[in-house]
Amino acid sequence: MNVLLDNLGLYGRAFLGTIELFLIAGVGSLILGAIVAGMRVSPVPILRAFGTIYVNLIRNTPLTLILFFFAFAYPRLEIVDLSFFTRASIGLIIYTAAFVCEVLRSGINTVPVGQAEASRALGFGFGQTLTVIVMPQAIRAVVPPLTNVQIALLKNTTIASGFSVFQAGGIYQELSENGYNVLVGLLWIALGFLILVVPLTLLQRNLDRRWSVAK
Amino acid sequence: MTSVLYDVPGPRAKVRNSIIGVVGTVVVLGILAFVQVLILEALLDTLSAFAVAAVLSLAFGALFAAGRLSEHAWLRGPSTAIVEFFRAVPLLILIFILYFGVSQTLGLNLSTYWSLVLGLMLYNGSVLAEVFRAGVRALPRGQSEAAYALGLRKTEVMTNVLLPQSLRAMMPTIVSQLVVVLKDTALGFIILYPELLYQARFLGSQGQLGAPILQVAMVIAVIYIILCLILSGIAHLLERRLRRSPRGGDVDPKEKARADGEISAAQAQGGGGAVA
Repeated sequence: MNVLLDNLGLYGRAFLGTIELFLIAGVGSLILGAIVAGMRVSPVPILRAFGTIYVNLIRNTPLTLILFFFAFAYPRLEIVDLSFFTRASIGLIIYTAAFVCEVLRSGINTVPVGQAEASRALGFGFGQTLTVIVMPQAIRAVVPPLTNVQIALLKNTTIASGFSVFQAGGIYQELSENGYNVLVGLLWIALGFLILVVPLTLLQRNLDRRWSVAK
Repeated sequence: MTSVLYDVPGPRAKVRNSIIGVVGTVVVLGILAFVQVLILEALLDTLSAFAVAAVLSLAFGALFAAGRLSEHAWLRGPSTAIVEFFRAVPLLILIFILYFGVSQTLGLNLSTYWSLVLGLMLYNGSVLAEVFRAGVRALPRGQSEAAYALGLRKTEVMTNVLLPQSLRAMMPTIVSQLVVVLKDTALGFIILYPELLYQARFLGSQGQLGAPILQVAMVIAVIYIILCLILSGIAHLLERRLRRSPRGGDVDPKEKARADGEISAAQAQGGGGAVA
């Protein structure tokens, strides 16, 4: 208990860092994922190919390697000087977007073809069909797996601690410097993650149950 | 398959061909080893961590799936708690607990290798336990009812009737979870287990090579992608073969979808998965 109480400020700041990273990467990955999913279902073959290549490359690369690239190799490219935090966010966004894209695409595939045919018959274009007709229906099938992806992202933010971003994964270093028991300190972090993840899991199960009935 | 240059191989030709195949592989690996020892060694370290972790997590998963499916509440409760706990805690934190926490407090000196392997076992084993359980529950009820009606015991029902069918249906899912294990071995880099990324960092900071970290990162990425694609390819192949076999597809699609959802969530953690 002492380990937690003595370092309450440290834990608070660390988990705030985690949540900040999670929110930025979460929103960013949703946006990028939606764009890539749009490419993968678009009528333009080249865009489809780019989307497919992106998803297959990123999904088969470890996140650690992507963050490794942004932490150590990116500065050599000398494009724009970014902080570690920004680079970690970009890495997480790029990685998670591939999974978001796959979820969205499989959600789009659950909508019956007749819906799109009917909307085209009414004179809607591709953009309108996608945003007004297909997406609102696909969202139902998409939200539960999308929550899963975001939960995974929340847990993945800890990997950024290996690359000098201060958040919950990095508390142990400071604890061990100050001579606290690291095992107890780490167990508190595990508990912190349980507190963050369990409500999300419950929300996801709830949505899953409610919406699979409605469909 | 007859070609212009050779006939369909007979038994002796098959033996000869496989010997030549093994020799050829050794020669190619030898040349690679001569050219780039460091990366090849790192690759072996990655693969050995992967292989041991994969076997251990399959065993862990089987054990705890059995626990969760048990009829005894005193077995089911703890198994559920353990599986849910290890699925909710980030894998890196588990590895830290094993490497920094356990060795410091309990005096058990776990090497980086075992911290990584055990961490992978706990996390992926828990995910696999859920997959096995979903696989068994996806079978039609009639299967176990018929087996009980024939007078089989609980264990016999499980091992002779339920497991063979559910394993067959779950095989592709299980293999794609192994892709996740392979990708997560990269986390060993953070506790300085000398795997591919660690060597990449080492090579990339060598001044006399011009510190080629960009190039090395690219090469390592290609290695990982190829390894994962090979595994995903196996999953794909299994799926196709299962679809052809008449006894494979006999599961409730809804439960199957739930198990697949379990996997897709787990894959986003380490990543990985079949090629779409």
